[in-house]
Amino acid sequence: MKHLLATEDLGYADAIRILDTAEEMAAVGDREVKKLPALRGRTVVNLFFEDSTRTRISFEAAAKRLSADVINFAAKGSSVSKGESLKDTAQTLAAMGADAVVIRHWASGAPHRLATTDWIDAAVINAGDGTHEHPTQALLDAFTMRRHWSKLAGTPSAGADLQGMRVAIAGDVLHSRVARSNVWLLRTLGAKVTLVAPPTLLPVGVEQWPCTISYDLDETLARGVDAIMMLRVQGERMNASFFPSTREYSRRWGFDDNRLRSLERLGLKDTIIMHPGPMNRGLEISSAAADSPRSTVLAQVRNGVSIRMAALYLLLSGDTREPATNSTKESH
Amino acid sequence: MTSVPEAPVPAKVQLSRVVLNQADIDRALTRIAHEILESNKGSQDLVLLGIPRRGYPLAVRLAAKIAAADPSVDPAAIVGQLDVTMFRDDLSRQPTRPPYPTQLPRTGIDNKVVVLIDDVLYSGRTIRAALDAIIDLGRPRIVRLAVLIDRGHRELPIRADHVGKNLPTSSAEKVRVRLEETDSAADGPVNEVVIEATA
Amino acid sequence: MASQQQDTGSTGAYLIRGASVLGGAAEDLLIRDGLIAARGEDLEADGATVIDGRGLIALPGMVDIHTHLREPGREDAETVETGTRAAALGGYTAVHAMANSTPVADTAGVVEQVLSLGRAAGWVDVRPVGAVTVGLAGEQLAELGAMADSRARVRVFSDDGVCVSDPVLMRRALEYVKAFDGVVAQHAQEPRLTAGAQMNEGVVSAVLGLTGWPAVAEESIIARDVLLAQHVGSRLHVCHVSTAGSVEIVRWAKSRGINVTAEVTPHHLWLTDELVRSYDPVYKVNPPLRTDADVQALRAALADGTIDVVGTDHAPHPSEHKECEWAQAAMGMTGLETALSVVQHTMIDTGLMDWAGFARVTSTTPAAIGRLADQGRPLEPGEPANVILVDPAARWTVDPSKMATMGRNSPFAGRELPGKVVATFFKGHPTVLNGELNTPYRWLPETADSEETAAAGRP
Repeated sequence: MKHLLATEDLGYADAIRILDTAEEMAAVGDREVKKLPALRGRTVVNLFFEDSTRTRISFEAAAKRLSADVINFAAKGSSVSKGESLKDTAQTLAAMGADAVVIRHWASGAPHRLATTDWIDAAVINAGDGTHEHPTQALLDAFTMRRHWSKLAGTPSAGADLQGMRVAIAGDVLHSRVARSNVWLLRTLGAKVTLVAPPTLLPVGVEQWPCTISYDLDETLARGVDAIMMLRVQGERMNASFFPSTREYSRRWGFDDNRLRSLERLGLKDTIIMHPGPMNRGLEISSAAADSPRSTVLAQVRNGVSIRMAALYLLLSGDTREPATNSTKESH
Repeated sequence: MTSVPEAPVPAKVQLSRVVLNQADIDRALTRIAHEILESNKGSQDLVLLGIPRRGYPLAVRLAAKIAAADPSVDPAAIVGQLDVTMFRDDLSRQPTRPPYPTQLPRTGIDNKVVVLIDDVLYSGRTIRAALDAIIDLGRPRIVRLAVLIDRGHRELPIRADHVGKNLPTSSAEKVRVRLEETDSAADGPVNEVVIEATA
Repeated sequence: MASQQQDTGSTGAYLIRGASVLGGAAEDLLIRDGLIAARGEDLEADGATVIDGRGLIALPGMVDIHTHLREPGREDAETVETGTRAAALGGYTAVHAMANSTPVADTAGVVEQVLSLGRAAGWVDVRPVGAVTVGLAGEQLAELGAMADSRARVRVFSDDGVCVSDPVLMRRALEYVKAFDGVVAQHAQEPRLTAGAQMNEGVVSAVLGLTGWPAVAEESIIARDVLLAQHVGSRLHVCHVSTAGSVEIVRWAKSRGINVTAEVTPHHLWLTDELVRSYDPVYKVNPPLRTDADVQALRAALADGTIDVVGTDHAPHPSEHKECEWAQAAMGMTGLETALSVVQHTMIDTGLMDWAGFARVTSTTPAAIGRLADQGRPLEPGEPANVILVDPAARWTVDPSKMATMGRNSPFAGRELPGKVVATFFKGHPTVLNGELNTPYRWLPETADSEETAAAGRP
């Protein structure tokens, strides 16, 4: 694998390899020297066409912990916003010797364009494209779920998958790259996914996805879930008639205090509450739910750095030259 | 991810000979265990760190032998695993290697006498990486090196303190250490060291 | 293969030996003074240049009901000269130039300019399409009568690129063009249902996270328009029908006797939205590529006459409008030089249609819709010599860099296609010979009643 563009085509073995590598990377964060020399001399460019401080600093921390040189290129407000094309930007980065481009773009498919054209030959990591995919978010979510699921089973998480885990993803699926990436990855890892949303916020064609669809959050909870992931909902969607009002939305599809209490009543004592952030407290999730011991919101942020270290390491450390002459020589 | 390609099996017949069998390996480890205790003047502050993959099972075996010689030692408490993947100087020249876990004994390594254990000492680059890895983990009082095989051809100023067997080789030859803990018996005999020369 | 056996320039007469007329028996065709002078077996050459037509099919010159020549205004994308060279190479002898130029072809002045540019080029008959509304803005009728009465004698009116979505305006346009036997060619796209639309709405768009262009946005407009056409008793043409549902509506309308004709593009007869998974904007087009079920329905409809014509919707774009993110890219594909091959591949080689049917959907019917008297005529003595010779056994690989159009945005790049235009005769003059551009037809200097005299201009 030269790029990380989507989870839709990420195979089981590659997914497990990333998660397992992230486990080792996580250990580095607990050490006195929180740095590894693995990517010394490599240049990672964070190319952001859309503001996302959280994702950018997560990738930046990951690259720096691996000793890579990091260049942050906020394309907003630069020459790019004055009409410079993606092609010219990519060729500029190539000329500067970028080894990897971490790209966040408002247009679905922009990372694919970088990866499939000859504009630049660096490794491309999709840090969220339009309403398409956000693979590292899904990987960090899966990492968080796997640790929880393995702990419940009393087995080590390394090498494990999510076989049998019931995951509900609730909210604005239509506009969510996080939901898409999670659906594909969780399927690959063996979890059972239910998408919960108002019908207006589900894409036409969703019935072909490898998951169950529900319009009813309470019914979904009642059937039992091991993880409930709430998606961010933008209040402005109300203006485009996706739902009548934010109050009605949060009553029907928000994870409010009543639903938090209902987990106890339903005997779901181990169910975790996830959110990719940033949260709209009071809209899709109540403060009590976000701050409860079930919430993994901060663990997700922490795990994000480990996952991104793993992705950068696995994409950048290998032999990037022509296929090696079968020398698998180990230098003892 | 680029998966590690299987080493291709050359069509040519390989000349191979066994240089250490199971009993030889056991004897060598017993001797090294005693040397370690002797040079350390006992088991005080000893930590054995095996380098994946085959250094770790050798470290476990050595710890058992040390415990046999000194019953005050809990073998599980002095053994750890030290992954050096991230510290290698050839990361960009090899297929991508997923890292192995690093596990230190509960006591940590600060002010300890750390003995690095590996199966074969060759260029010295792995040990160079291991020294860097150790320094990022803590500050041992002394670091020593024990290897089952020293085959020469050093590229760095590194030498082993304890050697199971010095084995003069040509660089065209391959030294294969096969252990029951890491290698499948289905692929051939385990617990022996073989020299293979491509004809 | 055709080969020139005599010096071309000498006589202006051509004898095509042994070509299969409309796929039928091999016959000779004698072309002289802009007309088909004779048709039969073993005709006398009588000084004419002899072209070996064995293995070739003789067809009436193709008529494109839907072409974007971009001039005036976007000469960086295409000019009348380059676009009509492409047309001649593709087997066309007439093209309808869509109105969305800059300025918009919404006045007699602009359509006459396009007409003149076409005549100056001389490769095909360029028939300007007039805009329905001023500036394609959908607010106020353009001067349809003035354009109809102009030298360009416009009969096809379209806001193509934009839908005439206001039902009252559409009703008025349909009524008004009855005064001069015009037709409104509708780009059927409900604008509110397609705000920001990027591709067909369905299984693939759901995965790719691209805003969907639902089939209902096309079908609802077609349904409305056929009812309006029925109500006011006018003639409606539906541009680039792309969905199975649209086919059903057109079929229903025709069964009710409504005067509607429908068009399909070559690319909608073949390509599907699965190609969008590459995010390569060469596959971005409006209406978007649909599903395989739609493709099959469109082929069946073209074969059974529910869809009347093939229109290329040839839409060249400069490369920078395609070398970008999908959402930033322009919509459109080139088509003039691949249309014949794609229709052969999808309709003839599949057994759905014969060459006589091909002539109907690419020449006879589009000429009738555009009210072009001397195009789409039978290959009979006395008829205008707009004739093409096609080698159906040829195979070629599409290389956009070698095309005559300035547009490099062919979705068929790299594909091997069947069928090649060997010769194109426009008004008796070979604009294409041996599969290559020859020389343009030279119109006589225009006079007051130039339409008729020009037809007999210098071959």
